[in-house]
Amino acid sequence: MKFEGRDVISIRDFSKEEILHILDVAEEMIPIAKGEKKSSLLNGYIMASLFFEPSTRTRLSFEAAMKRLGGGVIGFAQPGTTSMQKGETLADTIRTAESYCDVIVMRHPQEGSARMAAQFASVPVINGGDGAGHHPTQCLLDLFTIRREKGNIEGNTVALLGDLKYGRTVHSLAYALALFGVDMIFISPKELQMPKEVVEECREMGANIEVKNRIEDLGNVDVLYVTRIQRERFPDPGEYKKVAGSYRIDMDILKKAKEDMIIMHPLPRVDEISPEVDETKNAVYFKQTFNGVPVRMALLALVLGVVK
Amino acid sequence: MKELKVQPIKNGTVIDHITPGNALKVLKILGITEKYADSVISIAMNVVGKRGVKDIVKVENREIDPKEVNKIALIAPNATINIIRNYEVVEKYKVSIPDEIVGIVKCANPNCISNGKEPIETKFIVKSRNPLRIKCYYCEREAEDIASQII
Ligand SMILES: [Zn+2]
Repeated sequence: MKFEGRDVISIRDFSKEEILHILDVAEEMIPIAKGEKKSSLLNGYIMASLFFEPSTRTRLSFEAAMKRLGGGVIGFAQPGTTSMQKGETLADTIRTAESYCDVIVMRHPQEGSARMAAQFASVPVINGGDGAGHHPTQCLLDLFTIRREKGNIEGNTVALLGDLKYGRTVHSLAYALALFGVDMIFISPKELQMPKEVVEECREMGANIEVKNRIEDLGNVDVLYVTRIQRERFPDPGEYKKVAGSYRIDMDILKKAKEDMIIMHPLPRVDEISPEVDETKNAVYFKQTFNGVPVRMALLALVLGVVK
Repeated sequence: MKELKVQPIKNGTVIDHITPGNALKVLKILGITEKYADSVISIAMNVVGKRGVKDIVKVENREIDPKEVNKIALIAPNATINIIRNYEVVEKYKVSIPDEIVGIVKCANPNCISNGKEPIETKFIVKSRNPLRIKCYYCEREAEDIASQII
């Protein structure tokens, strides 16, 4: 297992053992992420944070992660402030940025942008989301959250709910869960069903998969992972309302679920989860957001070769 | 009596057993355009051969490199290449699909970075050969209609 100098573009670039190692390192980072313990692990290192598209949550947690470890941050939060606006290629922006930093974190609206950036950068590139493509740190923090809350990733039944068709993040998560032999239930409106090839791949990897179009009962579910159903997916606003309404998680649904079922959501949410659910011990989505910090700390320390 | 569809050539390359209708695309893939104005190119389309209908391309005075030829496999997986010297076939081989396809196929995803103005060539990874399935190295989308996406 060698992490030093590695790019983090897709969760598929990592084996199960490597993923577990990242999670183990993240575990050790928790007191530092909380601010309870000071660290100068990345003292003298600079992270370039290149956000060609705004994503407050991802950017703040990466920047917090770097600073909690004593490192420095340079970068921009939206493309309006870059020379990209003047027509510079991404390749040139990357070649410029890499001469100022030790690691690049980027988010970009085009698919494959991070993979391409890694080709041009001699420093490691961490993908903070590329269009509808990958978002490996989200996937890692989701796995980390499941392990922390349930003690293990294996042995759980995970329901993925909502828009399972678009956005590769939920596909990557399904892949990663299948890697751990997790059984899954894919629940979505017919129009937003998990692509067939993802279902097939998960099955080939040995996971038991059920595909459903209604919530029905969640009696055997240990982890409920809720995603946002975007308005844009429905040409008819009435249809959107109907669908969104029938996928809303509220106390009635919780009553029929396992007592210790956890509810996750990558956030931001609109109204997929009723606010009264926030107060229950089942709701772990705010903890999930925090978990992004130790996971990103672990990745930064690993790719910079400071932690083995 | 042997029917002569295309005249034999003295030196050069004969590409036989091309999937019918794809002869012009084969020339395009090989980059045989105006710059080959000095060599004679003959094309026969929809020729009835022993193994069914096929297209044939003959390029005079040019011996096609096996590497170039593998690109042809994308649209004509059964094609055979005959290198001709002094009217004799001196070499004969079948095309085979390379592991990576660089700069030949365009990604159908309009939001793929390879469709922008970046200084990169398109790149596809071959997932399976029969049936041929290729995936964009950048956005990872699978190409659905490969022939129509050839640059
Ligand atoms: Zn692509």
